[in-house]
Amino acid sequence: MILREKDQVAVRERLKPMTAPVKLIYFTQELECPTCRDTHDLLKELTTLSDRLWLEVFNFTLDKAEAQKYRIDKIPATIVAPTEGEVRAIRYYGIPSGYEFASLLEDILMVSSGDSGLSDASKETVRRIASPVHLQVFVTPT
Amino acid sequence: MENPQITGDMVEAMEFPHLVHRYSVMGVPRTIINETDYIEGAVPEQIFITRILDSLQKKTV
Repeated sequence: MILREKDQVAVRERLKPMTAPVKLIYFTQELECPTCRDTHDLLKELTTLSDRLWLEVFNFTLDKAEAQKYRIDKIPATIVAPTEGEVRAIRYYGIPSGYEFASLLEDILMVSSGDSGLSDASKETVRRIASPVHLQVFVTPT
Repeated sequence: MENPQITGDMVEAMEFPHLVHRYSVMGVPRTIINETDYIEGAVPEQIFITRILDSLQKKTV
């Protein structure tokens, strides 16, 4: 177990407001990926803490078609997606631990509710963007 | 979430040192926009969006 019992209770509580189900699409491999196993264990534990949370696992080396479909270029990679409808790219590269774990929970809730939490004005502006935007946020776990 | 054109990646800096090097990341958070521009630190939503729009504008000029 990665999450302590106390944290499990807190996470379960945090995920309670989830309405629509969410799936975590996880890309991993056995070799040459120091954090893949821990990330996999963490996601497995996390998905037991809500009955609206699902885990889908692909092998980065073997499941090439899926990796290509979701445009995954490194691992461990976790996509937060609705179970119904279009997969929009919210991706975590690396283990989502520490502060990033809180962000992951936040993203799960957002995807579940379908509300990004942006102001109406921002939503309006963002929806008008017509060309591709790739944002890469560099973070550290603490 | 609001626009399918937009992809948001969280990259754990310590696990991908080659990317930290490629984008000259000195501190976190740093957001790279389309490989070329960046936003340093956590900034208010409006400023963040303005920077994205500025970056797109530059590309089309």
